[in-house]
Amino acid sequence: MISIFKKEIAYFFSSLTGYIVLIVFLLLTGSFIWIFSSTSVFNYNYASLGQLFAIGPIAFMFLIPAITMQSFADENQRGTLEFLITKPIGDWNIVLGKYLATSCLIILSLLPTLVYYFSLYALGSPPGNIDSGAVLGSYIGLFLLGNIFASIGLFISSFNANQIVAFIITAFACFSMFWVFDFISTLPLAYGKADNLIKSLGIEYHYDNISKGRVDSRDIIYFLSIIALFIYLTVISLGRRKW
Amino acid sequence: MSIIVKNISKNYNGQLALDNISFEANEGQILGLLGPNGAGKTTTMKILSCFIPSSSGEAHVYGLSTQSKEFEIKKILGYLPEHNPLYGNMYIREYLSFVSDIHKISDKKNRIDELIELTGLSYESNKKIQDLSKGYRQRVGIAQAIIHDPKVLILDEPISGLDPNQIIEIRELIQRLKYNKTIIFSSHILQEVESICDSVVILDGGKIVANEKMSNLSNSLLNHQKTVIEFTKSVSPELLMSSINNIQLEKISDTKYSISSSSSEDIRERLFDFAVQNNNKILELKSQHTSLENVFKTLTKISGND
Repeated sequence: MISIFKKEIAYFFSSLTGYIVLIVFLLLTGSFIWIFSSTSVFNYNYASLGQLFAIGPIAFMFLIPAITMQSFADENQRGTLEFLITKPIGDWNIVLGKYLATSCLIILSLLPTLVYYFSLYALGSPPGNIDSGAVLGSYIGLFLLGNIFASIGLFISSFNANQIVAFIITAFACFSMFWVFDFISTLPLAYGKADNLIKSLGIEYHYDNISKGRVDSRDIIYFLSIIALFIYLTVISLGRRKW
Repeated sequence: MSIIVKNISKNYNGQLALDNISFEANEGQILGLLGPNGAGKTTTMKILSCFIPSSSGEAHVYGLSTQSKEFEIKKILGYLPEHNPLYGNMYIREYLSFVSDIHKISDKKNRIDELIELTGLSYESNKKIQDLSKGYRQRVGIAQAIIHDPKVLILDEPISGLDPNQIIEIRELIQRLKYNKTIIFSSHILQEVESICDSVVILDGGKIVANEKMSNLSNSLLNHQKTVIEFTKSVSPELLMSSINNIQLEKISDTKYSISSSSSEDIRERLFDFAVQNNNKILELKSQHTSLENVFKTLTKISGND
């Protein structure tokens, strides 16, 4: 597992994928927080990182599929998956190694944004006038959300030999997981009956909860179980060769 | 017996790729899997290397079943898949180091140096894999397969697409590895199998059409001797047939014939006498060795007629 993890990390940074993802993520979130006048904190007049956590999921929605689209699709296409599978590693370790590498890249993309937090902390009036609890919760939420997207991406990549197809399907699946349940719950069909249940199936519901700084075990369990589910599905999908 | 394959069949979505095949291989031996494209060579190797399971039947590698002891087999098996898949973006040493991590090799650095030396990669060892020529990439593929000193080495078409010099080098490398290993080697190039292997399994359409020691194989089919003869003056086939017994003629031109004889006797002497008696002269007389190619053609044709 560790060898796969190291290989993936080395791949991210030798193929530029890693750098591009980090740079684009920072550019996107940075420009929304500091530059664009309609969303910038300077016009908002509150020391809040809300913009980061509003833009973050959207940025992840297409950056993470871009990372995961190659993970299995590319190995499949190049035949290196056969190489990996015939080595004494085990399907679980292959999937977990790849998942952890993606997860690590998510952490690396979030780390530089701590600068935003410290800047806002200093800019507050008086300095430190920022809801640190909400920021911490939001970071946890954004990290877990990124991990859900990563596990979805791995799963979809595992049965698509074409990277572009894997990218598009993953991006759409992430979009659906994030918003569609919320949207369905407002339809007359569900409204007032099962709306809360449907809403709680989507990521947004839990992400919003956590972003308020309320780190509830129910939300954490939701995130972890969705991640586990997709990792499990990926392992099953790798085992398809045996069917 | 280090490898035992017993009544293995493989079905790919209703298409029968392997039909009840059985064979065995010994340590210190190179077994050649020979057959046209689509004969089932790769499928056999994928089953032995535990990439896919067989639909029925069983295979054992050093007493370990491919169905229940996958992980243990993978530890003692080196496999070079068809088309030699590699990570092009990695450097040779980086790649070999990755593979040694997988195999948990303790003295990684020395082992990699040793392999680079053994496979003749020294001059290229600082390059990225994608910048290597096909022959060198093949060496990296072989290095990867033998890094943990496996007991069983499975090479799927290791020499396809190489130039003649590279073929010789890879062939020598494989010969050198043979000691205390069981090597299974597939090819559709007959000369290769002929020059490297100790025994051969010939597959066609998922069935075994021959499974013999290399020496036996040629012998058993060598009783068909073929002689090409060219005279100065034209000779009628009837005359030739009546003068020499037990032959089949194939007319190339009025003066040139290809003669197959079903007896083991060399008919060249009698052909010479025939020419003298008929006041004719011989321009060309040559006996053709029954190559594996002919054996192969005969065998795969037989099974095709089934």
